[in-house]
Amino acid sequence: MHLKYESFVREPLVNGEKTYHQVTEEIVRPIEQKPGRMWYVGFFFSVALLMLGVFSVTWEVYYGIGVWGINRTVGWGWDITNFVWWVGIGHAGTLISAILLLFRQGWRTGVNRAAEAMTIFAVMCAGQFPVFHMGRVWDAGFIFPLPNSRGPLWPNFNSALLWDVFAISTYFTVSLLFWYSGLIPDFATVRDRAKTKLRKRLYGIASFGWTGSAKNWQRHEALSLVLAGLSTPLVLSVHTIVSFDFATSVIPGWHATIFPPYFVAGAIFSGFAMVQTLLIVCRRIVGLEDYITVGHIEAMNKVIVLTGSIVGVAYLTELFMSWYSQVIYEQDAFKWRIMGPYWWSYWAMMTCNVVSPQLFWFKKLRRNIPFTFIMSIVVNIGMWFERFVIIVTSLYRDYLPSSWTYYSPTWPEVGFYLGTFGLFFTCFFLFAKYFPVIAIAEIKFILKTSGESFKHKMDVIHEKPTEQFVHEQAEAHH
Amino acid sequence: MAIKKFAVACYDDEEVLFPAVKKVRHSGYKLHDVYTPFPVHGLDAALGLKETDLHIAGFIYGITGTSTALGFMSWIFTSDWPLVFGGKPYLSLPAFIPITFELTVLFAAVGMVLTFCYLNQIMPGVKKHVFHPRQTDDLFVVAIELNEHVSETEVIDFLKSTGAVETNVQVAESEWWYGRFDKKEPYELA
Repeated sequence: MHLKYESFVREPLVNGEKTYHQVTEEIVRPIEQKPGRMWYVGFFFSVALLMLGVFSVTWEVYYGIGVWGINRTVGWGWDITNFVWWVGIGHAGTLISAILLLFRQGWRTGVNRAAEAMTIFAVMCAGQFPVFHMGRVWDAGFIFPLPNSRGPLWPNFNSALLWDVFAISTYFTVSLLFWYSGLIPDFATVRDRAKTKLRKRLYGIASFGWTGSAKNWQRHEALSLVLAGLSTPLVLSVHTIVSFDFATSVIPGWHATIFPPYFVAGAIFSGFAMVQTLLIVCRRIVGLEDYITVGHIEAMNKVIVLTGSIVGVAYLTELFMSWYSQVIYEQDAFKWRIMGPYWWSYWAMMTCNVVSPQLFWFKKLRRNIPFTFIMSIVVNIGMWFERFVIIVTSLYRDYLPSSWTYYSPTWPEVGFYLGTFGLFFTCFFLFAKYFPVIAIAEIKFILKTSGESFKHKMDVIHEKPTEQFVHEQAEAHH
Repeated sequence: MAIKKFAVACYDDEEVLFPAVKKVRHSGYKLHDVYTPFPVHGLDAALGLKETDLHIAGFIYGITGTSTALGFMSWIFTSDWPLVFGGKPYLSLPAFIPITFELTVLFAAVGMVLTFCYLNQIMPGVKKHVFHPRQTDDLFVVAIELNEHVSETEVIDFLKSTGAVETNVQVAESEWWYGRFDKKEPYELA
C-alpha cells in the first residue's frame, strides 16, 4: 500500500517521455553545437568584467592597500564582505550534492552538477579577497605552515583566521574532487559519441579512460557516498569557521555564540538564491526545461523560505541578546545599526532577507519563474548587505569615539568586486559550453522511477482498488 | 598487454540485462566484464562481485589526517617553538579541533579519490577498449572472453537467445594502456 501511494503524489523529475538515448542527446547537445549569440554576448561581457577586476587588483597591488577606502577603524570593508558573501554562495552546491544525497532526495540530480560548479567558482572568487587584502600578496605563502628560514616560525594555530585558511582550501579541494569524480562517466559519454577528432581526444583525456565497467561503477558509488558523508560536516564547518573569524573576537556585534548556525543558514539561503539565478537563465538558454523543472525550482524555493526564516530569527535573537546582556557597548552597536549613519544597510538587509522571502509561503509564487528570478536577486542583495552590516557597522564606531569614522569604498574595491563577477561568470559560461550541465548518468539512474513515462505506469496502479493491488503484490513475491 | 577475442552482446534495457547476466554466469563461459551507462543497482550482486573496501581505505586516510594535524600542531606548540597566546596553555587542544577536522576530511577525500583511480586503473591519458560506442549512452554491454575451447557461433547464438539486440565478435586489448581516443589501435585496423 505504501508503494502505491508514494509514487502518485510526487511529480516527475524529468518531463516528457524520454529514453536513455534521448537524455544523452539533449544534455550533450550544447557541447556539440556552436553556442548561440546569447552565449557570446554573455561570455565577452564576463571577460570584460574580469579584465576590470584584474586592472583594479593590479592597481591595488602596485600602489598598496591605501588605495582602498578602509582605514584604521574599519580594517575590513568590502573585501571581507565580498569574501563571506562568495563563500556563502558556494554552500548551496555542497548542500545539494552532499546533504541531499544522504537524504535521498531524487530532485538533486537535475541541479547538482551546475550547483557544484557554482560552488567551485564561488570559492575561487572568495579566495581572492583575503589574499589581496594582505597587501603584500607576494608573502601570501606564509599563511601555510611551511618550513621557512626564520626559525622556522609557524603560523598561529589558535587563530580563527588560520582555521579559515585550512577550511577554505579543504573545501575547495574536496568540492573539486567530488564534482570531477561525478564528471568522469559523463565525459566518457561525450567522448564515445564525439564526431570530431579533437573532441574525442580531449574528452578522452578528461574522462580518464572510463568505460563504465560494473566494478568501476560499484566503486564510484561507494566513493560518491563517502565523499557526500565527508562534505556534509565539511560544508557546515566551513561557514562555522568563517563565523569564528568574527565570533572569537571581542568586538560588540561580533562576539556572539549564535554566529555559527546563523552563518550556515544564511550561506545556504544565499547559495540557493544564486542557484536559482543561474539555473533559471541556464535552463532557458541551453534548453533543459525538461530536466530543471518547475518542481525543482519550487523545491529550492522551499529551502529559501526555510533558511530565510532561520536568518530572520537569528537577527531578532541578536537584538534581544544585545538588550538582555545589559552591556552598553552591545546595545549601542545594535542601536547604531538600526538608526545610525548606516541605517539604510540594516533596513535593506531586513527587507530583502526577512520580509520578502516570506512571500514564498504561497505555492503560486514558489512556482512562478519570473518572480523566483527577481527574488533570487533580491535575496543575494540582502545577503550582501547582511555581511556589510555585520562587518562595517560593528567596526565604524569602536570603543574610542575619537576614532569613529564613516567608510565608503573606492573604485579599486568596487572594480575588484565586479571583477570577481567576471571571473565567476566567465567560468560558468565555459562550464555551460564544454561540460555536461546536468549529470547524465544520474538522470538515467532515476529515469525509471521518476521520469514522466514511468509515472504514467503508476497511474494504472492508482486506478486499481487497494485490495486488488495488495493481493497482486503479495502474489508477485511468491 | 594481452590481445584477446571477445563475444559481445548489447542489451537495451537493464530488465533484460539481469536475467542475461544470470544465464551467462550459469553457462560457464568466461565473463570478461559488463559495461553500463549508469550504475545499475544489484548488478554487482548479480555478477557476484564483492563489496568494495574503498570506504575502509577512506577511514585509514582520515585517521592519518587526524594524527598528522594533531601531532604536528602539538609538536610545534610544545617543543619546536612554544609560544603563549592570550595566557592559554601551550597545548590548547580545543583550539586545534578545527584544523584537525579539516585535515581529516582533506586526507580522506584526496586519498580515496587517488585510490579510486588506482583501483579502477583510470588516469588522464589512459585508454581502454570500448566495446560499443553506446555503452556510455544507452546500451548495456556484456563481453565474454573466447578461447579455443568454445565455439564462436555457439556463444553468439547463446547470447542472442538471452535477448541481446546486437551481438558481434571483437579482437581487443583486455587491459588498459596509454593512448589517445582519437586514434585507432593496430589491432583495430588489422
